Amino acid sequence: MGLTRRNFLKGAAAGGAVAACAAAATGPADARENKTLPPKATGLLYDSTLCIGCKACVVACREANDTQPEFNTADKLWDTPLDLSGDTLNVIKVYSDGTAEYKDQEKDGFAFIKKSCMHCVDPSCVSVCPVSAMRKDTETGIVRNDPSACIGCRYCVAACPFGVPRFQFDRAFPRIRKCEQCSERQAQGKIPACAEVCPTGATLFGPVGALRDEAERRRALTAGQVTTFSRKTVGSDDVHEKPVAAYVPHTYGMTEMGGTQMLMLAGVPFDKLGYPALRQRSYAAESETLQGTVYKGMLAPAVLLGGLLYVAHKNTDNDHEED
Amino acid sequence: MSKHAPLGGSVASTTTIIAAALAAIMVVVVGYRFVFGLGAVTHLSNGYPWGIWIAYDVVIGTAFACGGYAMALVVYILNKGQYHPLVRPALLASMFGYTLGGVSVIFDIGRYWNAWHLLTPGFANPTSVMLEVALCIMAYVVVMWIEFTPVFAEKWASADTKRKLNKVLFVFIALGVLLPTMHQSSLGSMLVAFGFWIHPLWQTDLLPLLYLISALAMGYSIVIFEATLVTAAYRRPSEARLLGSLSKYILWLLVAFLVIRWGDIIAEGKLRLAFSSRGLSWMLLLETALFLLPVALLGSAERRASGRCLFIAAVSMLLGGALYRIDGYLVAYVRPGWHYFPSLGELLTTVGVVALEVLAYIVFVKRLPVLHSVASPKDNLRAPDVAATTSK
Repeated sequence: MGLTRRNFLKGAAAGGAVAACAAAATGPADARENKTLPPKATGLLYDSTLCIGCKACVVACREANDTQPEFNTADKLWDTPLDLSGDTLNVIKVYSDGTAEYKDQEKDGFAFIKKSCMHCVDPSCVSVCPVSAMRKDTETGIVRNDPSACIGCRYCVAACPFGVPRFQFDRAFPRIRKCEQCSERQAQGKIPACAEVCPTGATLFGPVGALRDEAERRRALTAGQVTTFSRKTVGSDDVHEKPVAAYVPHTYGMTEMGGTQMLMLAGVPFDKLGYPALRQRSYAAESETLQGTVYKGMLAPAVLLGGLLYVAHKNTDNDHEED
Repeated sequence: MSKHAPLGGSVASTTTIIAAALAAIMVVVVGYRFVFGLGAVTHLSNGYPWGIWIAYDVVIGTAFACGGYAMALVVYILNKGQYHPLVRPALLASMFGYTLGGVSVIFDIGRYWNAWHLLTPGFANPTSVMLEVALCIMAYVVVMWIEFTPVFAEKWASADTKRKLNKVLFVFIALGVLLPTMHQSSLGSMLVAFGFWIHPLWQTDLLPLLYLISALAMGYSIVIFEATLVTAAYRRPSEARLLGSLSKYILWLLVAFLVIRWGDIIAEGKLRLAFSSRGLSWMLLLETALFLLPVALLGSAERRASGRCLFIAAVSMLLGGALYRIDGYLVAYVRPGWHYFPSLGELLTTVGVVALEVLAYIVFVKRLPVLHSVASPKDNLRAPDVAATTSK
């Protein structure tokens, strides 16, 4: 087909029509707001100032989830997980500064910190999973990975702002592993293993609302004041008395990424404990808003396709007869 | 009668033998990966769960394979018929680039036996950008093989079949423009969910637009790159005039890209970061330099007429687009305390995939009517009016 003025104008007009269709379909879309806490959300309150670093919770987690020990000493006789992994769903770490003399003090002090799934109110892992293997329970809000659905793409591993889901790179038939708040134990009326074995109540299980209130209560007390702390479940009769430590003025998990069902109190700033400052708007909400704006529920691609079909049909009509 | 003809000649050459050997090595490495797991072959970790098999084989590989998309847009949508000789070879390279990018995903995903879930509505998660990318890429691979059927038909089918095929082909041409528009932009959107793990210089809500524009520019560049190599390798007459006029699309796309990229950095108040982020500042400047070189080279009609300048501009654009993607997916993906550099096994696999593409391309152009037959007087007549009509 020779290039004549008529053909050129035809082509230009067609291109313009396609562009106009695409522009018409992509107006502003409603922003996807952060999701809200499910009605029966359960969670954990970890109080770093109560933790004595015994790691009973790490061992209990192994038993509850049937995970393999990790050996990191030369004699291979000591289960020493260094971080979360495809086998370790809960780990206790320690912060140390200078002489490390004082517990829960930033300077010349030390503090323990728990690392396990935060069970975000608006989780990135759930938003990005292509095959709905990562799901958030609509009642309890517990985030679980279903291996029978999972394709092992590791988008959740890469996207989690807390670096929680872990993939088993060392296996031919790997899985994604993370804390699932002992859902199976809960189904039998039990509480998560880490909370059950904690001797000081540093890890406390309960409804998220009650855990938030308890965190508020503790932070409202003055340092040194003696108070009672429950063990196992928030508000339980299994209590002990202890002077309150000096808390940093923030409950981690109240606002971060739209809130999490695991809450934390500490005497040392959270960014020193491996929990960075995070904004309130979840990345899931931002990503879904963007995709919603571009696609408008597939309306925009449908309109664009209509324009393309029209123009392609027109332009190939004589082209191919000549070919 | 078709204006296309097979090149003919023996398939065996130094290039094809080396390519076959590299592809064979890849098969061994990948076999090892399936028996012993991803960790046995790759340097992937829970801090860097994605490596070059995603960043290169899929994200860059499919952008390099945008030649078919870019040419379809110009020839069939903007109706610039003069570029028709470039469509088939571009489509062929795209077809292999995308097909093997898709195959690489199977090497990479950990639970590959569940891969069919991607195609099963019951598992679909509509909020996942990856699902959209995966479905679009799979659909586009099918569309490209259908778009390519006239080539098989010319060799094997009857005239009647060909006529019927041509009647419906426009549907696949339209899809062949729509689908890459969707997934090439979404390859940028995929990073938005990573939030603060991506350095602010690479994290923006304009990612889909930036990825789409650069993918198109890479598409035109790869057409110039491949046409130049084919011309040199098989001693065919130079297509510099046609390519020179095509290169104007790269110029304008690149100008748009740079204005949006830097405009966004300035508007978001990130300009200071552009110069205070140590290694990452250098990466940004290197990317920008690689994009500016083609702008400078293609800015003058004189240099656009030079095959050498076109080739250098195309290579620079391809490197810039590749670096932009490597940076977005790996270098600017900053996980404190974690490190990633591809293992030998990962590199050999990626090299093997590219080698397989080259091998398949050579076999196809030698055996099937892909390239325009040079003897046709029509082509010689066509070349001059290109410059006249496109410089509006």
